Amino acid sequence: MRSLSDKKIEQLRSIAANPDFSSTKYRIVKELARGGMGTVYLAEDPELSRQIAIKVLSTPEANSEIGRRMVREAQIIARLEHSGIVPVHDVGVLPDGRVFYAMRLVRGERLDEYAARAGSVKDRLRKFQAACDAVAFAHAHGVIHRDLKPQNIMIGSFGEVLVLDWGVAKILPPHRVSEASEAETLMLPARKQGANDSQSISEDTTHGTIMGTPGYMSPEQARGEVEQLNQCSDVYSLGAILYFLLTNESPKPTKGHATPDRQFEPTPRPRELNAKISKAAEAICMKAMAPSNLDRYTSAAELSTDIARLVDAEPVSAYRENAFEKTGRWLGKNRYLILLVLAYLLMRFFFIFSARG
Amino acid sequence: MSKPLIGILLGAVLGTFDGLTAWFTPAVRNELASIVVSSTFKGIIAGIAIGFFAKKYQSLPIGIMFGLAVGALLAFLTAHFAVGGYYFAIMLPGSMVGLIVGFATQKYGQVPRVAHS
Repeated sequence: MRSLSDKKIEQLRSIAANPDFSSTKYRIVKELARGGMGTVYLAEDPELSRQIAIKVLSTPEANSEIGRRMVREAQIIARLEHSGIVPVHDVGVLPDGRVFYAMRLVRGERLDEYAARAGSVKDRLRKFQAACDAVAFAHAHGVIHRDLKPQNIMIGSFGEVLVLDWGVAKILPPHRVSEASEAETLMLPARKQGANDSQSISEDTTHGTIMGTPGYMSPEQARGEVEQLNQCSDVYSLGAILYFLLTNESPKPTKGHATPDRQFEPTPRPRELNAKISKAAEAICMKAMAPSNLDRYTSAAELSTDIARLVDAEPVSAYRENAFEKTGRWLGKNRYLILLVLAYLLMRFFFIFSARG
Repeated sequence: MSKPLIGILLGAVLGTFDGLTAWFTPAVRNELASIVVSSTFKGIIAGIAIGFFAKKYQSLPIGIMFGLAVGALLAFLTAHFAVGGYYFAIMLPGSMVGLIVGFATQKYGQVPRVAHS
């Protein structure tokens, strides 16, 4: 009897692991990414002659809790028709029982990769504002993301901003968007993305289930207070993303069950890491990341408005300027017009003195 | 504030100032009032034209070029009919005023909203 080589065994394992899409119209091209819950493939839709991305559940458990959750994830994304949220085209079950959903293929880079490359703070803030708008749209439709971080925001080839990975999203009751006590929770297992602080976690506690990423999840989320979660928890995460965009460093994880062996370290203020950051930008960041959700922006839309004002060099709600700062901001905002008028006056004085001479 | 209104106000202010500087030219000092009036009028006309252009086309370089052209044209007409042939002394500041108004109307003022059916 002939024995199989390791290479052959690996090949057979790979064939067995590949999902069988023969019953669907899609044709798998290659694997794009693999996580704890499922795998994302690059696929082709021959009917429409386009490439798409397909997320397939790792295990054939269509009727299990995890299978139902994946269907719900697809349903959540499908209800959020927004330019900043990847649209879902199709959802179904493969012959082997694995749940899949097809979505738009996003080409581009993650926000953290973009931030490492893009130097302008203004550009980063504009992208961040677009992400805030997408999250605000989800909030308006009663959905909170609960795992916002730079790795879950994609910048497309044409500069479009897309919020991804709604796997731990939560639907709030329509009449109580700001409260979460009666909320329906979607819980997914841990996604293994690497052994660092940006690893998403899911951990059962006496209070509820901890979901999110240390450093980016709100204190109430880190404590597992599921009933306390609302859009303000996402606002905290957005604040943490802003912190990263301003300082190039992730905020320190908040104290909670997620980090039992870690001493709580207060996150240094952005200006302590980079003195060039404006006081207004720091104030926005710290307001969004306030330990108590009562002290934060009440919505992502409110945060987005302040970011827009910051980009346009207008006063922001999070920071009260003194007269000197107001003047400096006004001069900075109108510097080109001031320079033109000064050039005009200079020219006028030249004419006056040359006529006298 | 609308773009045409910004154009009118800025054109009027700069035009008035432009006219007042004639006081420093002794040869035309006794015609100061008519110079100020005509210069202000010229600034307002330029402001209206540049402001409405900015309302229709949102482009900073094109807006600046248009302002410069309008300012230069009006200044040329003023210089042409003025006694003394102060072409350079009238056209350079006039063009500069047009340029500033062109810049300001593109940069500031409400952009008209497009109605969707």
